[in-house]
Amino acid sequence: MIEVKDLHKSFGKNKVLKGINCEIQPSEVVCVIGPSGSGKSTFLRCLNMLESITKGDVIVDGNHLNDPKVNINLVRTEVGMVFQQFNLFPHKKVIENLMLAPCKVRHLSTKEARNRAMKLLEKVGLADKADQYPQQLSGGQQQRVAIARALAMEPKMMLFDEPTSALDPELVGEVLEVMKQLAKEGMTMFVVTHEMGFAREVGDRVIFMDDGVIVEEGEPDQIFTNPQSDRTKEFLNKIL
Amino acid sequence: MAVEFNWLQVIDFLPELVTGLYYTLLISVVGLAIGFILGGVFGLGRIANNKVIKGISTVYVEIIRGTPVLVQAIWIYFALPLIIGFEIESIIAGIIVIALNSGAYIAEIVRGAVQSIDRGQAEAGRSLGLNHSQTMRYIIWPQAFKRMIPPLGNQFIISIKDTSLLSVILVPELIFQGRLIAANHFNAVEIYTTVAVFYLAITLTLSFILRVIERRLDIQ
Repeated sequence: MIEVKDLHKSFGKNKVLKGINCEIQPSEVVCVIGPSGSGKSTFLRCLNMLESITKGDVIVDGNHLNDPKVNINLVRTEVGMVFQQFNLFPHKKVIENLMLAPCKVRHLSTKEARNRAMKLLEKVGLADKADQYPQQLSGGQQQRVAIARALAMEPKMMLFDEPTSALDPELVGEVLEVMKQLAKEGMTMFVVTHEMGFAREVGDRVIFMDDGVIVEEGEPDQIFTNPQSDRTKEFLNKIL
Repeated sequence: MAVEFNWLQVIDFLPELVTGLYYTLLISVVGLAIGFILGGVFGLGRIANNKVIKGISTVYVEIIRGTPVLVQAIWIYFALPLIIGFEIESIIAGIIVIALNSGAYIAEIVRGAVQSIDRGQAEAGRSLGLNHSQTMRYIIWPQAFKRMIPPLGNQFIISIKDTSLLSVILVPELIFQGRLIAANHFNAVEIYTTVAVFYLAITLTLSFILRVIERRLDIQ
């Protein structure tokens, strides 16, 4: 579903990604871990072109993202994204946050979009918050709305950029629960996270990144109990 | 020796003063309406990716901001006709001055407001498949517009007061009328005080309206 070939990304002279190769299969849940500054988030943001690609190739659902002829807006409709800071639209009610893109991009009628939005809010347990503004919700609730907003486009895959890092510890669980449910339903997921418990329990595969490259990848149990690389060992020792 | 003031005679000159008020308001409203459009266009031009658009917008803002309104008025009324070969009516010239002048400052207000919206907002819009202009229209503009209102109100008040400078290019606005009356009837205190009160009435009304708008928008 996603294929990454020799991906390089630089900001000016600063080389952030130094040749990444990776494949993600449909319905696979891939978790990316690694120290801050290792390029995890940049890697994720290259998958929907929020960052331009300096060199290499990213193929999403058959579209070569570095091909100027590719309509990136169309690709993005199939790739949902959840941000660390939620990025809900503060001037719109919760339900309007979910309805905007389906109405304007998928051209759903207001009624269809509303029905779809309500179903998704029920799914994330926030149907009663539909008419509130995002600021009136807790961080955990906001992030669940943000997940529902991405799902409202009915994407083929979802990218999560440290979705629980900005949350108070007691609110992390409710967001992970929604993500777990999503994984169970067969969604293809690419998750940059510091939640090792989640990576271990829900991930089909764990990627350890450091200094702009993939150092090690494998099944969660193998990465967490028997890491091969010294850098992985050192990182896991520090955080576990 | 104390001077006797005759405040009641102001009533006799009210028709002229109201005519002046009319032109002050006309030029303010039309000038600011055009200035608002100019400000929107050049404000977005200042943050455009296109270098030519960005360059033109920057030059416009810098020239207007860097020269006094009085010089702009005199230049447009007395100098520009010699270049283009026909005269410009003083009221039209006045509207052009207010429009061009406020446009440059409003452009900066627009630029500041749009740039103050968190990058994550645009990213969230784009990640949902909205294109650039949809993202601007549905996500960035509504939020930026709210932030623009206090500085816009400030600029409106400044521009209204700037119209008084247009008396030098013979626009028959408030202070122009006041000077005519005072020169002929030696009642400077009464007339100029009345003129000042008129200006204050306009700006205080505007302040009040803006406060109501700000309060309404804060409800959510």
